[in-house]
Amino acid sequence: MLFGYHWDLTSNWTFALSILPILLHGMLVTIEATLLGFFIAAVLGLVFAVLRGSPTRLISYPVAFIVEFFRDTPLLVQLYFLYFVLPNYGILLPAFMTGAVALGIQYSAYTSEVYRAGIEAVSRGQTEASRALNLSRADTFTRIILPQAVPRIIPALGNYLISIMKDVPVLSVVTVLEMLNVAKIIGDRTFQYLIPLTMVGGLYLLLTLFASFLVRALDTRLPKRGIPLK
Amino acid sequence: MSDDTLVHFDKVTKRFGDFEVLKNLDFKVKRGEKVTIIGPSGSGKSTVLRVLMTLEPINEGVVYLDGDPLWHEKRGHELVPASEAHLRQMRKKLGMVFQQFNLFPHMTVMRNLTEAPVRVLGLSRKEAQERARELLDMVGLSDQADKFPPQLSGGQQQRVGIARALAMRPQVMLFDEPTSALDPELVGDVLKVIHRLAEEHDLTMLLVTHEMDFARRISDRVCFFDQGAIREEGPPDQIFTEPKNQRTQEFLHAVLHPEA
Ligand SMILES: Nc1ncnc2c1ncn2[C@@H]1O[C@H](COP(=O)(O)OP(=O)(O)OP(=O)(O)O)[C@@H](O)[C@H]1O
Ligand SMILES: [Mg+2]
Repeated sequence: MLFGYHWDLTSNWTFALSILPILLHGMLVTIEATLLGFFIAAVLGLVFAVLRGSPTRLISYPVAFIVEFFRDTPLLVQLYFLYFVLPNYGILLPAFMTGAVALGIQYSAYTSEVYRAGIEAVSRGQTEASRALNLSRADTFTRIILPQAVPRIIPALGNYLISIMKDVPVLSVVTVLEMLNVAKIIGDRTFQYLIPLTMVGGLYLLLTLFASFLVRALDTRLPKRGIPLK
Repeated sequence: MSDDTLVHFDKVTKRFGDFEVLKNLDFKVKRGEKVTIIGPSGSGKSTVLRVLMTLEPINEGVVYLDGDPLWHEKRGHELVPASEAHLRQMRKKLGMVFQQFNLFPHMTVMRNLTEAPVRVLGLSRKEAQERARELLDMVGLSDQADKFPPQLSGGQQQRVGIARALAMRPQVMLFDEPTSALDPELVGDVLKVIHRLAEEHDLTMLLVTHEMDFARRISDRVCFFDQGAIREEGPPDQIFTEPKNQRTQEFLHAVLHPEA
C-alpha cells in the first residue's frame, strides 16, 4: 500500500491498473517539481543575463563566474549541497523545495545563455535607434529588445523545460516522492520492478511528447519579428 | 563662440583601438545650416554623426551642441565626462536617420512614431498620434499607419524613419547615407522628403551622402572628409566645379565618372 492505494497482484494487468493511481500521484510531484524548477530557472536566468550584460565589471564578472560555476557542477552535487550543507547554516527547506531550487539553479545557467543569445540576436541598430529617440535604457530593454528576443527565447526555454522534467528523478536521492522514486518503492515492496518501471517510461514518454507538442505549437504561433505592439 | 553656431567639434579625436578615425577635427555648423559630408569609405563620415548622436564617445577634444559640451559636463570650471542624465538632456536636440532605417519591426508604423514622444516627451497617446499623422502625411504615407515596417518597401521604411526622428522635434537632423540601402527607383521619393525638410529654415541638417547632384541642390556647404579630417569645404558650386584640393578632385572624379 502506498498513498492509501493497495496493489492487486492477481495478474500483470490488475497489478498495472492498481498501481497506476500511485504512479499518477508521483507524476503530479514530477510535474510540480518541473514547473517550480523551470520558474526559478526562467526568472533567475533573466536576472543573470541582465547582470552579466552590465557595463560595470564589478557586477558582470562575478555573475559570469557564478553562472559558469552552476553550469559546470553536476546537479547531484548541487542537490547534496543544498540538502545536507545548508541546514548547518540554519536554512532548512523541505525536500521538494530543495529539489526544485537545485533544478532551478542548475538550469538558470542555461536559461541565462538563452536570454543572452536572444538579446544579442536583436541587431545593434535597434539599440542605436532607441538611443537616438532618447528612450530610457529600461524602456529600450522592455519595449524594444525583449519583445523581439522573445520569439527566439521561448522555444529554447521550452526545450529546457523538457530537460528539467527528465532530471526530476535525481531528486529521489533526497527522498522526493516523484514518479521514479514511487515506482522503485513499489518494486522494493512487491519485488515486481518490470511493470512499474515500464509504466514510468511510458508516462514519461507521454509527458515529454505533450510538452514538445506545446512548445512547437507556441513556436509556430509566435510572430517571428517580435511580440507585436500596435 | 558666435551665437549662431549650433554644432562645434573642437579638436576632437576619436580612436578605435590604435586607429584614429577622427584626428583633431575642427568642425562647425551654424543654426539652420544644411551641411553635406562627402568623402571616401572609412574616412570617418559616419563617425562624426555617431559622435554627435552620442552613439560613440570621443577620446579627446570637446563637442559643443548649442553652447553646451555634449560628452562632458561642467563641474565648476572643469569638464568631466557626461552622465547618462546629461546625455539624455542633450539628445533632445538631435534626431538621426540611419542607412538601414532601424525601424522597430514589431511595432506598427504609428507606434514607431508615437513610442518615443509618449515615453520620452510625455505626450498623451492622442497628441502623439495627431503629430504622427501630420508627419505621415508630409512623407506621403498617411495610408500606411497600421502596417508593420517589414510590410513596406525600403523607400517607405526610410520615410517612416525620417518621420519618426522628426516626431521628437529635434533642432538638428542627422542623415547617414539615407538612400544607400535603397533600390535606385525608390531613392527619389526619399530625397524629395529630405529636400522639403531642407527648405525649412530653422532645421539644421547634417547629411552624409553619395548623391552628389542632390548634395549640390540642397546644401549650404559641402565638407570633403578624408582620413578623419576635413580636407576641403565650401559652397557646393565651388566644391563640385572647382575643387582646390587634389584629394577632393580625385574623389569627385572617381564618384562622378565611375566608369573612367
Ligand atoms: N566600432 C568600430 N570598431 C572599430 N573600428 C570601427 C568601428 N566603427 C568604425 N570603425 C572604423 O572607423 C573608420 C571610419 O568609419 P566610418 O564608419 O566613420 O567611415 P565612413 O566614412 O562612414 O565610411 P563609409 O562611407 O564606408 O560609410 C573605418 O575604417 C571603420 O572600419
Ligand atoms: Mg558610413
